[in-house]
Amino acid sequence: MKKMFVLVLVMMLSLGLSTLASANGVLKVATEAGFMPFEYVGAETGELLGFDMDLIRAIGEILDLDVQIDNISWDGLIPALLNNNYDAVIAGVTITPEREENVNFSDPYFESVLTIVTKENVTNITTLDDLAGKIGAVQISTTGDFTASDLHDEGGLKGVSRFDTVSDAMQAVIIGAADVVIVDLPVAEAYLAANPAVPLKSVGAVSANEYYGIAVNKKNTDLLEQINTALLELKENGTYSEIYQKWFGAN
Amino acid sequence: MDFRWDLVWSSLPTLLTGAKLTVQLTAVSVFFGIILGTIAGIARITKGPVKALSAAYIDVIRGTPLLVQTFLIFYGLPSLIQRPIPAYMAAIIALSINSGAYVGEIVRSGIQSIDRGQWEAAASLGHSRSQTMGYIILPQAFRRILPPLGNEFIALLKDSSLVSVIALEELVRKGQIIIGRTFRPFEVWLAVALIYFVMTFTVSRFVNVLERRVAPES
Repeated sequence: MKKMFVLVLVMMLSLGLSTLASANGVLKVATEAGFMPFEYVGAETGELLGFDMDLIRAIGEILDLDVQIDNISWDGLIPALLNNNYDAVIAGVTITPEREENVNFSDPYFESVLTIVTKENVTNITTLDDLAGKIGAVQISTTGDFTASDLHDEGGLKGVSRFDTVSDAMQAVIIGAADVVIVDLPVAEAYLAANPAVPLKSVGAVSANEYYGIAVNKKNTDLLEQINTALLELKENGTYSEIYQKWFGAN
Repeated sequence: MDFRWDLVWSSLPTLLTGAKLTVQLTAVSVFFGIILGTIAGIARITKGPVKALSAAYIDVIRGTPLLVQTFLIFYGLPSLIQRPIPAYMAAIIALSINSGAYVGEIVRSGIQSIDRGQWEAAASLGHSRSQTMGYIILPQAFRRILPPLGNEFIALLKDSSLVSVIALEELVRKGQIIIGRTFRPFEVWLAVALIYFVMTFTVSRFVNVLERRVAPES
């Protein structure tokens, strides 16, 4: 009985280990699929779709790796990378100095910027300086959160409500529990386009530009180099602009 | 992997402000939960529509997840009543209603555990049903429900972490915020677990003392 138990335990453990990231032809990628148009779950198929998803799959093709993508929670992405549960994270992650202390980023693959989302009938908010006395809703631990938190510390924002997903933050403004959402502009625009009935609008760019990078464990320098080479190739052979146009139209 | 004790210590002050909210949410919700639960528990042993209503309340609340109840109240209720509900209030409502259902069952079983002979004896002495309930049954039942009530308090203290999803910065959410900046989940979650344990252990000791005070029962 006891032997049996040990055997089962060993089997379970080895099963767990075999799912860990490995270099044998597989690229294990983590994302958080609540960030349309970069990553989201397709309504009909349940497949992971978006700019980032197409990009990482194209990178996998060049590197001859089988790309396996898991959809996990946003705040778990970098810890999962540090634990070696995944080889790479692509999730519209802005390259910041704090994050760079913990993981390595690929060359920037997308230029983004923050925006403010308000109710449609609000006219007196157009920049980050107009938020005094307001409650800001954000996705936890995003650059929108960091910006809102800094504003709050400086007295420029009355409160910060941190939600797990962008759509929860949007919902908070719709129901009146918060006044504005601070979020990446392309994500706000995709959300508003996909939900034309919601009484929200975006005020356009309100911050300095940010750059998204693919995050890799600091120890995995080979993979980082390979990803950068693949990114360069995709830009040169036109695949990058094809994917870009598919999700953002011409320009 | 290196373990950074300094991070456990340095995150404590922030985590403790979250713990304060956790205690606040739990204490207020237990207070309302006991009121709701006592009403529901007594209603369940009456007859007629009140009993059915109370049974429906207890069954529906115990049969649905607290997480879903929280979402329903925070995101759903405002569109129904046409006004926003602050997250703090939504959390108190969800936790109180949830706790009330469990307390209701505790109160019902406590009352029913008192021997029927007590009712008959009281009746033969000329007490009305409500006098019997108030002076004879409930005081005895209270002693018996104290331990499960203590368990319910501890369960609610832990379950209150669920309201982090509506942006309330209680203990778990504070932990997530620190991890979002330090990327050290092990140290931070360990500190969070430690604080929860100190809180639940304190409550269970307190309930033990209280039990001994009020219950020199045979």
